[in-house]
Amino acid sequence: MNQFIEWISQPWPWYVAGPMIGLTVPALLILGNKSFGISSSLRHICAACVPAGIPFFSYNWKKEMWNLLFVLGVGIGGFIAMNFLANPNTIVISEATQADLSALGITSFSDLMPSDIFSWSNVFTAKGLLFFVIGGFLVGFGTRYAGGCTSGHAIMGISSLQWASLVATIFFMIGGFLMTHVLLEPLMKLVGF
Amino acid sequence: MKEADKKIEILDPNCVAPNLSENHDKGLELLKYLILGTLFGIVFVKAEIISWFRIQEMFRLQSFHMYGVIGSAIVTGIISIQLIKRLNVKTIQGESIVIPDKVFKKGQVIGGFIFGLGWAITGACPGPLFAQIGSGYSVILVTLISALAGTWVYGKFSDKLPN
Repeated sequence: MNQFIEWISQPWPWYVAGPMIGLTVPALLILGNKSFGISSSLRHICAACVPAGIPFFSYNWKKEMWNLLFVLGVGIGGFIAMNFLANPNTIVISEATQADLSALGITSFSDLMPSDIFSWSNVFTAKGLLFFVIGGFLVGFGTRYAGGCTSGHAIMGISSLQWASLVATIFFMIGGFLMTHVLLEPLMKLVGF
Repeated sequence: MKEADKKIEILDPNCVAPNLSENHDKGLELLKYLILGTLFGIVFVKAEIISWFRIQEMFRLQSFHMYGVIGSAIVTGIISIQLIKRLNVKTIQGESIVIPDKVFKKGQVIGGFIFGLGWAITGACPGPLFAQIGSGYSVILVTLISALAGTWVYGKFSDKLPN
């Protein structure tokens, strides 16, 4: 049993994690004819909490309860993995990435998330404005405008051979490359890194 | 009740995950989604997909990990859906499986690009946001609230944006 825990506590390689994520697609279809997609949950939460008479949020969100339970499960899964199956070693990050990020002012490389950015003390600072407020807003606005995120388009959409989803995924990557290689450095300087 | 008697709902094309099932799972039946989500969340953390560093590595083309994860997930998904279609697999309730078509619109280009910008800043798409909060990065609650605000603002102005 101890050996099993030790084995499962190691970071899982892509060829284990990828197929498991892919199997979510048939699992949801077979369990209840549900199309895999996570960003919809944000819409359902809006529809449940602040519909404000907006047509886009005026629908019976209770019928989409499965989606809300799924994302609640994702949170619970995060809790279980971190508290019972956590990797005892520090994260291994590519040296090239460490060098690039050090140049941008990141100093902590021991955890899944750099504490230079992701800590409560940054919430009411320019760093928090960029990484939490603006970043989060772009994710929420962009995914809904695109009609899906990595799960709904890149995985579910491309798996069902929908070219609209391939287009969406290509533009996710273009946006990400532009931010990483062009905009991130000046933005991070601007917020005090 | 006969299969043919079940009426098909009118789909909202804006909704990515329309509920195609006539059986709206209630109560305990919904638990299966909670369990599946939990397994999914465990994979997210164990494969370090929730890590801001992994997303930076991906966009900097300095690690194969995320490409391997997403690529093999897609391959698994394609094979699964082909098997479902060819073998005419039914849901556990006996319904035919229906996969809605995603209609192309400008949003996939503009919105997709905007999401990409945000993905590289936060290091998280919506799924990992939930897993990050669960795994103890409570400050990501702020990011989630902001993402909800972004979704709400899109909903508010969706008819005025190019679509």
